[in-house]
Amino acid sequence: MLIQVLFHVFAAILVVAALGVIIARNPVYSALALVMCFITSAAIWLLLEAEFLAVVLVLVYVGAVMVLFLFVVMMLDINLAELRKGFTRFAWLGWLTALAVIVEIAGVVWSRGGLGLDAGRGAVPEPADYSNTLALGSVLYTRYAYPFELAAVLLLVAIVAAISLTMRRRAGLKHQDISRQVAVRRADRVRLVKMDAEKRP
Amino acid sequence: MHNLTNLWLAFLDFARSPLGKSSAWIIVITLVLIISVALLTLWERKVIGWMQLRRGPNRVRIFGFLPGVGQPFADVVKLLLKEVVIPANANKLLFRLAPIITLVPAFAAWAVIPLSPEVVVSKADAGLLYLLSLTSMGVYGVIVAGWAANSKYAFLGAMRSAAQMVAYEIAMGFALVGVLMATGSMNLGTIVRTQEGGILAWNWLWLFPLLVVYFISGVAETNRAPFDVAEGESEIVAGFHVEYSGIAFALFFLAEYANMILISALTAVFFFGGWQGPFQGYPGLGHTFLGQPSFLWFGIKIFVLLFLFLWFRATFPRYRYDQIMRLGWKALIPVTLVWIGVEMLLAAYRLGPWARPWYH
Repeated sequence: MLIQVLFHVFAAILVVAALGVIIARNPVYSALALVMCFITSAAIWLLLEAEFLAVVLVLVYVGAVMVLFLFVVMMLDINLAELRKGFTRFAWLGWLTALAVIVEIAGVVWSRGGLGLDAGRGAVPEPADYSNTLALGSVLYTRYAYPFELAAVLLLVAIVAAISLTMRRRAGLKHQDISRQVAVRRADRVRLVKMDAEKRP
Repeated sequence: MHNLTNLWLAFLDFARSPLGKSSAWIIVITLVLIISVALLTLWERKVIGWMQLRRGPNRVRIFGFLPGVGQPFADVVKLLLKEVVIPANANKLLFRLAPIITLVPAFAAWAVIPLSPEVVVSKADAGLLYLLSLTSMGVYGVIVAGWAANSKYAFLGAMRSAAQMVAYEIAMGFALVGVLMATGSMNLGTIVRTQEGGILAWNWLWLFPLLVVYFISGVAETNRAPFDVAEGESEIVAGFHVEYSGIAFALFFLAEYANMILISALTAVFFFGGWQGPFQGYPGLGHTFLGQPSFLWFGIKIFVLLFLFLWFRATFPRYRYDQIMRLGWKALIPVTLVWIGVEMLLAAYRLGPWARPWYH
């Protein structure tokens, strides 16, 4: 009962936040609404006893990806009038895309008989000593060890590629060599001169 | 009257249920934390005062005793009575929301911290991940505050702090991977239990580089000196909270100090055996209170680590921004990666924490 109530509360918040992402005029509001989406979907996953996925969703998307996203959105000086100019002209395209996506999702859910989940009632309750984190880990590192490592290597390649694409050495670039700054001694900077305070008569 | 009795009895029933006990602990922990933050601000000013050969606050007394101890409470009353000025072009909703966003993770994180062998609000198996995700949410308060205030200084502070927190979170996460390898669990209670066996069995000995990295990252994560460029007074006035006044400012202050206590508690849990006694299992001492696990040890460890925070603030000059980034990316992260490699070797040869029965 409690789980049902919680599910509907979170689902309502999720839908409102998701609408906020696309409706909000201010891009910063959109980004924050997206954060809200992630957090509420994490809460719904928690209700389904998938605590590892829930926590990782918050950790990766809310904690890292969206921070950088927000960072960029706040720095951008977006001209809203310019953005909204062609809105009515392309609205039909948007509606068509939305309709296609909805039909696809409905088709999948309907053909599989609701994905085997009665969403409102939550997952089939597991025994008290069941740990989703443990279960996921033991499957991931035994049966799916190779796909898992392949995915990790793929991500590493992506990191290296991103860095090598953006690393450019401009000619005449000045930068500080901090180890030299730290290694500096007093004798390099100051010369002590011994002299009389007054002219000798 | 009859109804009232029934209500009271129902309340007692609730208080005896597991849910009631957890709620009671939540209230107790929150209140104790708020009082600790108040006393910590006083302790900080006193300690830094002594280090700089001053007296620190010594005027406001409590009931005529203990000169200076009333200072934080007088400060709270002052801040409560002041007006919260909202700048004309600020984003009103986000401006009011930001202090709360900062405060909530700092308190919510205490849910999974084992305070003593018996007392912990939630024995979540993914406790470590929960902590990481909550501490990473604290940055939103800073970013939103900096942006909503519509001030260049505040915005610069927010940008600096966002980049800094993202950088140091990675080093922090890697240091925790090392802890995870040495204890074989993400449950904080289990992490403490595997460090059983006295001061030399705690993780600090075998994971010393990770301890250093974790604590430095923790100082950076809380935006404390010497990593406090987010509020560098000499350059950007007060950084992200420059436009905040009154109780809204006090909430940021509260969150910063609550985060300090949190980082100290986490360092104690991960590297100093949480509530384990230092002389556990030692002949002669092991059976006295010195060897028994209790909240006392946890409290002492938190206190000593908090003192380090204050000591850093009184001692070190502030880092320059590019030095902070360099330290985070080029020094701390490589150290953790190398030490994780060393840990693999230790595990292969069954040394240190890997000689324990859980690892087979």
